[in-house]
Amino acid sequence: METQQIQETIQMIREENLDIRTITMGISLLDCVTGDMATTTEKVYAKIVRVAADLVPVANAIENEYGIPIVNKRIAVTPVAMLAGADPAPDFGLLAKALDDAAKAVDVDLIGGFTATVQNGCTKADWALMQAIPAVLAATDRVCASVNVGSTRSGLNMDAIKTMGEVVKQVAAIRAENAMKLVIFANAVEDNPFMAGAFWGVSEGDVAINTGVSGPGVVQRAIAGKPAASFGEICELIKQTAFKVSRMGQFVGKIAASRLNVPFNIVDLSLAPTPAAGDSVAEILETLGLSHVGTPGTTAALALLNDAVKKGGIMAAERVGGLSGAFIPVSEDANMIRPAQAGQITLEKLEAMTAVCSVGLDMVAVPGDTPATTISGMIADEAAIGMINNKTTAVRVIPVPGKGVGDSIEFGGLFGVAPIMPVNTGDASVFINRGGRIPAPIHSFKN
Amino acid sequence: MQVIITVIGTDKVGIVAAVTTRLAAQHINLLDVSQTIMQGAFTMMLLASLPDAADFIAVKADLQELGDSIDVEIRIARQEIFDAMHKL
Repeated sequence: METQQIQETIQMIREENLDIRTITMGISLLDCVTGDMATTTEKVYAKIVRVAADLVPVANAIENEYGIPIVNKRIAVTPVAMLAGADPAPDFGLLAKALDDAAKAVDVDLIGGFTATVQNGCTKADWALMQAIPAVLAATDRVCASVNVGSTRSGLNMDAIKTMGEVVKQVAAIRAENAMKLVIFANAVEDNPFMAGAFWGVSEGDVAINTGVSGPGVVQRAIAGKPAASFGEICELIKQTAFKVSRMGQFVGKIAASRLNVPFNIVDLSLAPTPAAGDSVAEILETLGLSHVGTPGTTAALALLNDAVKKGGIMAAERVGGLSGAFIPVSEDANMIRPAQAGQITLEKLEAMTAVCSVGLDMVAVPGDTPATTISGMIADEAAIGMINNKTTAVRVIPVPGKGVGDSIEFGGLFGVAPIMPVNTGDASVFINRGGRIPAPIHSFKN
Repeated sequence: MQVIITVIGTDKVGIVAAVTTRLAAQHINLLDVSQTIMQGAFTMMLLASLPDAADFIAVKADLQELGDSIDVEIRIARQEIFDAMHKL
């Protein structure tokens, strides 16, 4: 019996918030497509409640037996815009309601995939889905929406980006919190288990299990134990820690898949914070020697962290996928909220950080009177970073109606508090209204 | 099924006796035991074998109830998770 190793594992779980952040079942709905939405909807509901019936009981049993918390149980489905089939006027509200009902029936936390992938162009169904997002997010509780507006291979669909700026405003106008359930991507990945951006790509199999691990507290404690370490030693330490954390994702995913009798797909090696003390990505950056996030040096520290996590985790899992890297959601990280409240971190610095970590402007609240074209400009900037750097980027901003800089919005629970951050007041409307596409960059032509 | 049981709390007379008596009553066989005082805290780890017919959830609840009554934290988890993290 290796008592020291047992002690270490227990300490990670007990004191350092090591957990399996999510078990996400990917479910293809392509075999549910018919000629009319009403029939498709029935088939969608029936398939989800059939294949995911045991997901939550199995996850709970694993949590119980192995003593590792599994925080979220989720489902990701085929991008819903593709389910319109031959229906000339698809009622996406009806389908979203079925997704919500199915999620409730099998008791998963969230269901992702109210999605359109429009990096090359929009079909009629894609437009209809994008227009339906505000009403759908208002009428459902557990459905998450995402739209992929650009990619390195395809360039940026600026018409979709313009529309999505307006959609974000419409979503938040109904209820600001609904905007938490909408992500606009560039280079979206097809096997991401994390919400709100999870969907199950069309190149994936019928049903499979994906896991997302998290343990920023474990990494922070490891670094804090070596205050005089050089960068080389720090990177080694992060790699070793990420390896151990990722092994948990691999282990739990394998068991879950085997019990559910479906294939195990990928482990997403991410550091995802929560507002709980000791569960912060920003605190890792502080422990590396920055007074607060936003200080010059922050981008370099995040780059180091993100890369070392990948290197450590990649050998721990059979297949690595998803977003795999550090998340920097403002409202979900106590050590991000504080500097944002104090004005020590700006949207521009966050944007720079998104160039070196796994996602983008995430859980950022902005003034309610921010113009839609400005939000489209933010989406375009993030998408451009993703397109040029061959990486996923995303925007999840919340324009909070009636609130301005100095106010904040409380999301509650794991979603935390978001101070309203100032947005540059320049005007992007002429740029956004040009219409058309920004072509793919030269380095995308690899054939 | 092999399990790791950890007992952590303030040192006092009778913790080992109370825990092992309860395990014996549940027909749980001990394979290895380690006990020490770490940073002032009583820390005991037991590698044990649960009978095939044992109800894991019931055993867990029983041990947690015992832990509450003698004011120590008792955790039980299947042994494979520890190998998964530390062994290649």
